[in-house]
Amino acid sequence: MDSPNMSLKGKVAIITGAGRGIGRSTAISFANAGANVVIVDIDAAEIENTVKIVQSNNTNALGIRTDVTKKNEVDAMVAKVLHAFNTIDILVNNAAIEYWIPLMHMREEGWDKTFDVNVKGYFLCSQAVGKVMIKNNKGVIINFSSLAGIFGDKYSGAYCASKAAVIQLSRALAGELAKYNIRVNCIAPGMIKTRMAEAALKDEDTKNRFCSIIPLGRFAEPEEMASIALFLASDASSYITGTTIIADGGISITGMNPDETGKTIPDKYKTL
Amino acid sequence: MGKIQFSLEGKIAIVTGSSRGIGKAIAIAFADAGADVVVASRTISDLEKTADEIHSKGRRALVVRTDISRQQDIENLIETTVNEFGSIDILVNNAAQLILMLPSMLRDEGWDKMINTNLRSCFISSREASKFMIKNRKGSIINIGSVAGTMAVPYESAYAVSKAGLIHLTKVMAGELSHYNVRVNSIEVGMVKTKMTEAVWSNPQVAKIFEQGIPMHRIAEPEEIAAVALFLASDAASYVTGASICVDGGASLAGFNPDIQGMTLPEKYRIHKESSE
Repeated sequence: MDSPNMSLKGKVAIITGAGRGIGRSTAISFANAGANVVIVDIDAAEIENTVKIVQSNNTNALGIRTDVTKKNEVDAMVAKVLHAFNTIDILVNNAAIEYWIPLMHMREEGWDKTFDVNVKGYFLCSQAVGKVMIKNNKGVIINFSSLAGIFGDKYSGAYCASKAAVIQLSRALAGELAKYNIRVNCIAPGMIKTRMAEAALKDEDTKNRFCSIIPLGRFAEPEEMASIALFLASDASSYITGTTIIADGGISITGMNPDETGKTIPDKYKTL
Repeated sequence: MGKIQFSLEGKIAIVTGSSRGIGKAIAIAFADAGADVVVASRTISDLEKTADEIHSKGRRALVVRTDISRQQDIENLIETTVNEFGSIDILVNNAAQLILMLPSMLRDEGWDKMINTNLRSCFISSREASKFMIKNRKGSIINIGSVAGTMAVPYESAYAVSKAGLIHLTKVMAGELSHYNVRVNSIEVGMVKTKMTEAVWSNPQVAKIFEQGIPMHRIAEPEEIAAVALFLASDAASYVTGASICVDGGASLAGFNPDIQGMTLPEKYRIHKESSE
């Protein structure tokens, strides 16, 4: 076996929600690793921006505006990709929305919209692309969940439930598709510097309060999620399927953080 | 290109249990990625073979005979590393022992031996190595666990408990050390082709039964675990700490697998590669 590396040379990768944030970073890192990338988003202007960035590195990018909640649009997108590149090796389901509303105030439409984009969208893309991968007898699907899929975050209940569903969808897909040499894995990011975390990053004081509950003491750059996606997309993770990689700077390990609650250990026990 | 992110150029790594199997594969993968590697186990002659391979990649190797069930050996390993190589950037706790026995029939000595070798040793080596990592304000500790630590695999009793403990040791150390930019993670491996599982893969009939229980229908090569360790050691995992990464070909996925139990899907739902559209 060759030494492990993260090359995606010649692979065709679809990344949804690639107009910005984690999706855009993932597209850029995949392209830098040698892949032909398909930029899928609902926002045509954002697609244009990502495609320009990718192409400025002399790598191949195709933008396809798609509403992932609509089966006909997803199927049309997959057909376009096959027309352009003949095959699909990697699918990254990343497009998602979050409403910050307490469950007692959440309207039915908000709940439905959240599940349509965050769960049904992942299912539709996985099904359409999975059929191509089954024919090829190989492929990789990477689903972005969230720490919210494991924790019960206040005020984003629908998002939490949808992200938990993503983890289980990944496991179920992994079980069904393993025999076709298709690996399906999940990444659960914590606090990342994206538009979704805008509210937490709006001023220094708010940001510091969030940082105090993160053991690594900082928000992640989107590129730090892209490097995990790249690992999962590459042959370096050839025996990993059905797994969720938590990438949260340690938030999930400490139920209680004494530093945050103001309790401190006696000086003599402090390491440095 | 992608490979750059896996670089361990200029790093000093310790890998325990590196005379063979997963440990050896990790030591070689790290050397390949640019690290100088300290190899440690009980058998000098086997370690020297690993060291030769590291040298052949143009990297420094240091052989330190270590019985990880002995505290003074671990302390000596860390001390020798710092004396010879000047620092420690990466520690891989890989050495482990398995005694297959029903818990009700396991003797005290067997229990103690597995907890000492598989869990206590990892605590001591991590504690000693972290003293230097804290000073450097950086470091990565990787514990090689097992899916036996998340599932109650029959006969694995104390081994399984030691590996469950290792997952939690990983989390508590990650919680403490993250303030110093030291990341601690574990890898839960499934069935890997090593000496420990020789009884399974060396007999084709037995191997087949085990492979059927694994969704990916095959046993892993040690290099496939080494690749995950390399990811965790590298900057590609810069925001990953306290995590447990399961590398088992899907073995721990299925509470219930219709393919094994002999339940079959109605013909019309079966996906045939030729006809799928």
